[in-house]
Amino acid sequence: MTPFQTILAKELRCFFISPVFYAVGAVFLFISGFIAHLMTVNAGQQAVRFLQIQNTYAQLNLNELIFRSLFYSLDFVLMFLLPILTMRLFAEERKLQTFELLLTSPVGINELISAKYISVLLIYLGLLSLTSLTPILLSLYSSFHWDPILTGYVALVLQGGFFLACGLLASATTENQVVAAFLSFGMILLIWLLGGLGSLLGDTTIGNVLSYLSFSEHYDRLVRGLLEAKDIVYYLSGIVLMLFIAHRIVDSHRWS
Amino acid sequence: MITVQHVSKHYGHHTALDDVTFHVKKGEILAFLGPNGAGKTTTMRILTCFMPQNEGMATVAGFDCLDQPMEVKRHLGYLPETPPLYPELTVDEYLTFVGRLKRLAPQHLASQKSRVIDQMGLGSVHHRVIGHLSRGYRQRVGLAQALIHDPPVLILDEPTVGLDPKQIIEMRGLIKGLAGSHTIILSTHVLPEAMATCDRVVIIHQGRIVAEDSPDRLSGQLRQSEKMSLTVKHPLPDWLERLRTLPGVLNVLPATHPHTCTIDCQPGQDLRETLSQFVVSQGYGLLELKPLSLSLEEIFLQLTRQEENVEMGEPNHFDSGGQSSRREQPPA
Repeated sequence: MTPFQTILAKELRCFFISPVFYAVGAVFLFISGFIAHLMTVNAGQQAVRFLQIQNTYAQLNLNELIFRSLFYSLDFVLMFLLPILTMRLFAEERKLQTFELLLTSPVGINELISAKYISVLLIYLGLLSLTSLTPILLSLYSSFHWDPILTGYVALVLQGGFFLACGLLASATTENQVVAAFLSFGMILLIWLLGGLGSLLGDTTIGNVLSYLSFSEHYDRLVRGLLEAKDIVYYLSGIVLMLFIAHRIVDSHRWS
Repeated sequence: MITVQHVSKHYGHHTALDDVTFHVKKGEILAFLGPNGAGKTTTMRILTCFMPQNEGMATVAGFDCLDQPMEVKRHLGYLPETPPLYPELTVDEYLTFVGRLKRLAPQHLASQKSRVIDQMGLGSVHHRVIGHLSRGYRQRVGLAQALIHDPPVLILDEPTVGLDPKQIIEMRGLIKGLAGSHTIILSTHVLPEAMATCDRVVIIHQGRIVAEDSPDRLSGQLRQSEKMSLTVKHPLPDWLERLRTLPGVLNVLPATHPHTCTIDCQPGQDLRETLSQFVVSQGYGLLELKPLSLSLEEIFLQLTRQEENVEMGEPNHFDSGGQSSRREQPPA
């Protein structure tokens, strides 16, 4: 096993030992299931109403009625929950002083950061894959387009990956896990609000730049079914930037 | 095996290490002695490539700590002051993790793991979760972690701190058992520990090395005069004055016990024979006559006190001994 695989395996094992992972997983799955349930019941009521008024079966757009709102709601849930998953990554190592063990072992900081990031990403993808039960179950009883749902999942993967990278960066700055969680939550919220500021400034250069920097317009396009390279580039470059800053921060601990 | 040359380390305006130079030969145990905050941990962190120095050069096993950190890290085992343990893992899992982290070949992992488990006496707890172990066992797991890849160099930061007396003796035994096959640097602020385990002592104070030698020679160098303690059975009222008249005796001081006195003799002269003959001929009844040597505690206090005096520009009579001892050392 390479040190990368060793750290990855150990991180995954620690996730499955820790109660935090189970709490986050349970809350995430319960909330996403609950939202899906609400949206479905709501769509059903609209169908019934339509039937009463028009006396015909309505062709409801389930993609719009259920999935788009589900994806938008999940975005908020992730904003709150993912910082809890990432907060321990580096903060705990510093608290336990195992940071010294890692940095005095023949392991590069690149390997360390990538192993930790991949571990938490795998955990998140595992949780996310369980939410696919909603479209699979609904497809048994109704018909809708799969393409926007797939781009929606691409959006969730990229968005979540970006939040996790922010969380990893926040965790690298402190040895207090609560501070790490709040810091990453604040960072994500701030990047989100940049979009609001951008749309306030309208179609000016600064406005456009701010809107581009926020993830909301990119997420929006993907959820609506538009798979464009610029959005994917936005997310990937955001992830790389966050991990790079985290690398510099971890490295700089050695100098202070 | 380990060389540190003119190494300095600054934290902002604070100088943690100031022109530190020392060497450790293969198979030697070196104690790094100093009060808290003297720069012991900083030196160890530089040697383990955890942090870089500002000036100077440090090499471990022939590799430079700045240029070849990966090679240095492969050749050393490090036990930080707080053993770096994951409380949720079992001892077995933890040692496997560290072994892989140290790039131990998979075919050697199992054998090395059982070797360190035997060596550290962890056989009865190897399947237990580290969080449930006592302080002494955790410290042993920490040392096992440093040994798992059988490194030629071991760096131990206060390996006995926080242990109970029995555990301290066991830990010292473990460390002594490693000497010879491993080159060891250990830091401590407990002086008897340095005397009990080490071949050589480096005393560091405020980021500077104030003395470096074997524990015995350190106490010899700092002695300004030979001191003897004399105990007799029937002292006469004027026995102290009469002792003072003997050739070679500089001073005689009464000790707390009325039958005992401390005699300052001229350095380099062994007056034991003269003294015993005199005491017997006078009929005092010789009970005990022994040379007094300074304990490391006294040396340590003298050296640190002398440093402060030098800084204040009023050198005292301790200087000659201390300064020359500092100049004598560096074995190139």
